[in-house]
Amino acid sequence: MTGATALYDVPGPRTRRRHRRYGVLATAVLLGLLAWVLYLLFSTGQFTYTKWMPFAYKGIQELLLRGLGNTLRAFGLAAAFSLVLGGALATGRLSDHRPVRWAATVVVEFFRAMPVLVMIFFIFVALKVQPLPALVAGLTLYNGSVLAEVFRSGVNAVERGQREAAFALGMRKTQVMAHVLVPQAVRAMLPAIISQLVVALKDTSLGYLITYEEFLHAGKLIASNLDYDLPFIPVVMVISPIYIGMCMLLSWFAGWVSRREQRSPKTEAVAVAAAEPGTLLPGGEPPTAPRP
Amino acid sequence: MNVLTDNLSTYWEGFLGTVELTVYSSLLALVLGFVMVSFRVAPVASLRVFGTVWVTVLRNTPLTLLFFAVLLGLPRFGLVLPFKVFAVLALGCYTSSFICEALRSGINTVPTGQGEAARSLGMTFAQTLSAVVLPQAFRSVIPPIGSTLIALAKNSAIAGAFSVTELLGTYKTMSELGYNIVWTFAWIALGYLVVTLAISALFHELERTWGVAR
Repeated sequence: MTGATALYDVPGPRTRRRHRRYGVLATAVLLGLLAWVLYLLFSTGQFTYTKWMPFAYKGIQELLLRGLGNTLRAFGLAAAFSLVLGGALATGRLSDHRPVRWAATVVVEFFRAMPVLVMIFFIFVALKVQPLPALVAGLTLYNGSVLAEVFRSGVNAVERGQREAAFALGMRKTQVMAHVLVPQAVRAMLPAIISQLVVALKDTSLGYLITYEEFLHAGKLIASNLDYDLPFIPVVMVISPIYIGMCMLLSWFAGWVSRREQRSPKTEAVAVAAAEPGTLLPGGEPPTAPRP
Repeated sequence: MNVLTDNLSTYWEGFLGTVELTVYSSLLALVLGFVMVSFRVAPVASLRVFGTVWVTVLRNTPLTLLFFAVLLGLPRFGLVLPFKVFAVLALGCYTSSFICEALRSGINTVPTGQGEAARSLGMTFAQTLSAVVLPQAFRSVIPPIGSTLIALAKNSAIAGAFSVTELLGTYKTMSELGYNIVWTFAWIALGYLVVTLAISALFHELERTWGVAR
């Protein structure tokens, strides 16, 4: 434990000894759990040659890589479109014209409150769209609406004096936005934007449910192959580290940008709070916190 | 329009399925989240590492992958349970990592001085925790836990795609019966809105009664 918390005093020698005893006990239990899992894996024959052999085949590797490529393509498209849609909706919500503001608010609130999978299924089943466009459209509508909230709160979080000074200099609203508010807001919002993109990356795996041939789908194809003795667990052991690794990398990047921005004097005028994903509650999380 | 009136029982079953999934997974997530946060703030290093790994891995796992691994993977180890239980397990574990982080940031909002004051009054660890730290932490975690549980309700739709009875899954029955697909989805959407708005209202009420005065 680094430093003092509200929970404990800095421990003395006797407490440290006691904590060491607990530590040994806890480590033993955790190692026991790990050993049990390994025993289960071995006893159900998950490490046999036939189950792992397919991963050495070029065709299987290409299948997995193609799946990964499709996942990344869906992510790239969804990310680009949701940034555009988010910008458009945020402009609408910040508009001076009441009907525009209301329309944008209704759109944003509706799509934030809907499960993204319901939208994807609606587009896929009811509008009879191909899997990739359906997945991208669903992800774009949801993430675009969340990003619109991020953008809006970012612009509103720029210190009031900045806006007032710009108006006092005789700038028009568009100029105030483009030259004063948005440049400052974007820097401060960057971590929140990136952590929303992590959500988009995680949600590309929903494409599996509408038969889009992405990474998980490729895994499923290999896992259901009788020739390799149904290597389900090996497939999960291969694809989950790659998925989790990609998301962790992006999360870490968001954290890195946020730490960098905190040191930068250029973002001092903005204190940005994260827009909550699809909720009507006041927020309390830091903008980089990953979202469910 | 008559999609709803003709199939009220199917919709109702699906709606109940969603509510059931949400309630059970929320309970599991809250309990597991509490256990994990106590690991993460424990003075024992190995427990802290375990809590951190649990949170980091689950927060960065796509939920579809988790469903895939749990629903189709665990039966390979001879663990055969109803799909609904597996779905609750997957949703609960996934959400517990977010609950854990919400609770941890809540504990971090309690100033160190509060704990120090409690200890200097001679309070034991249990007393400090139950009478000073947790009551204050609880107040500041209501909004983030509320939004996490709303996200859980929305995520429960994935269970429907893995053939667990819930709201989204009803569309299959309707389209087989030849009903208008747009109306089918409109009613499904309404069902989800009811669930999420109900959670939202509940947490607004909690926040009003218990929240920190700002």
